[in-house]
Amino acid sequence: MSSLDVRAIVQEALGNIAPEMDVGTIDPSADLREALDIDSMDFLNFVTAMHHRLGVDVPEIDYPKLATLDGAVAYLEAKLP
Amino acid sequence: MSVVEFRMPSLGADMEAGTLVEWLVKPGDQVKRGDIIAVVETQKGAIEIEIFDTGTIERILVEVGTKVPVGTPLAVVRTQAEAPVLVEAAAPPTVAPSPTPAVEGQAPPPAPPAKAIKPSPTPRLRVSPAARRLAEQRGVDLDTVAASGPSGTIVSADIERAITEKAAQKTPPTGFDLAAMRSAIAAAMARSKREIPHYYLAQPIEMTACEAWLTRTNAKRPPSDRLLLGTLLVKAVALAAAKFPAFNGFYRKDKFEPVGSVHVGTAIAIRGGGLIAPAIHDADRLSLDDLMRQMRELVQRVRAGRIRSSEIADPTITVSSLGERGVEQLFGIIYPPQVAILGFGKVVVRPCVVDGHILARPVVSATLAADHRVTDGHAGALFLAEIERLLQEPDKL
Repeated sequence: MSSLDVRAIVQEALGNIAPEMDVGTIDPSADLREALDIDSMDFLNFVTAMHHRLGVDVPEIDYPKLATLDGAVAYLEAKLP
Repeated sequence: MSVVEFRMPSLGADMEAGTLVEWLVKPGDQVKRGDIIAVVETQKGAIEIEIFDTGTIERILVEVGTKVPVGTPLAVVRTQAEAPVLVEAAAPPTVAPSPTPAVEGQAPPPAPPAKAIKPSPTPRLRVSPAARRLAEQRGVDLDTVAASGPSGTIVSADIERAITEKAAQKTPPTGFDLAAMRSAIAAAMARSKREIPHYYLAQPIEMTACEAWLTRTNAKRPPSDRLLLGTLLVKAVALAAAKFPAFNGFYRKDKFEPVGSVHVGTAIAIRGGGLIAPAIHDADRLSLDDLMRQMRELVQRVRAGRIRSSEIADPTITVSSLGERGVEQLFGIIYPPQVAILGFGKVVVRPCVVDGHILARPVVSATLAADHRVTDGHAGALFLAEIERLLQEPDKL
């Protein structure tokens, strides 16, 4: 899977969580929780979606590595099964 | 068998009328207790209405789009004994042919009419690439857009117009009308501040045990089965409310009515503004896993604009947590006719004195706003202390 695909899947999942935001325009290095106004329940839903879509089970201890869009894409790509 | 009327329910003390926006049943349909049979638009948004009888819809009395006062009959339902399924299951399948006619309630329900699936014609739409992208981004159904471009092509301006028109439509059938919700919040909160003599208490609660337990528990689970700290907080409040009934119930007609069950209203922020606190029923008796599942499902439905009548009508106590937004303490306003609201702030690491040593420990500030007509600060302090005690033993929640 190319990095473009992972990014698209991440953006789609975030778009489902924050439907009124234009995920394509957020700063890829900004804190996602702040940029998209998402809470811990939203973030858990995002992590669950990544588990289902990409097969990557992100442990809680690694949550901080998914703080930004770029961070999330890099982490998930590295962990692809 | 008897005939009952299904009426416009009261979804809170401040509701006087509701608009019927959707029937999910038609005459002849079988319904059972708990089924969602209609959607009603109120100030709080579109609410799914459940029926509390089992039977057959006989007649629909109120048309879609009609606004009627609370208590107005909406439909006539022919009810049957609650246990027909049991009777059916108990009847041995191979009895000798019986001369007696079928016992009422044993007859199998009529098969649902087969739905004719009509292949929908899909004429090819001419859409400019930019318009298609915009429509996808904004969730506009291209089939509903009128084209103004050359040879009937849909262009970006058409999508923009469709978006504006959509936004201008009053009271969408589902989802929330944020302006109406704002006035509902305003009415309830103004009444609360006018009528309820609040008192406020705060207590810092050490979260070391909860955090360690959560980390341990979630490490073994896939994301779909993980718990959140909020689940532990709601469960602790529910258990404490069951033990301190003076904080769980309604103040109506100048007196307090305790409620035997604990239905915890969980404040959920709505994206774009607005707030709603639907109930999780019998939260004190749910396992943490069931509670988490319900909270997750509730948040998803609220975000999608679908909540049920019983969830809106009957929270007996409310929990609000703004810690996610970075505040350390919040002082809630009681949602009438309830008599208490718990607030939880952000978990922060603070110096704590433990056995004579100063240690860094995670701490959450729990606050209670309660109705002084019903309880005093002393009882409130005991109630908060019970919540603190429960949160020190998360494995027992």
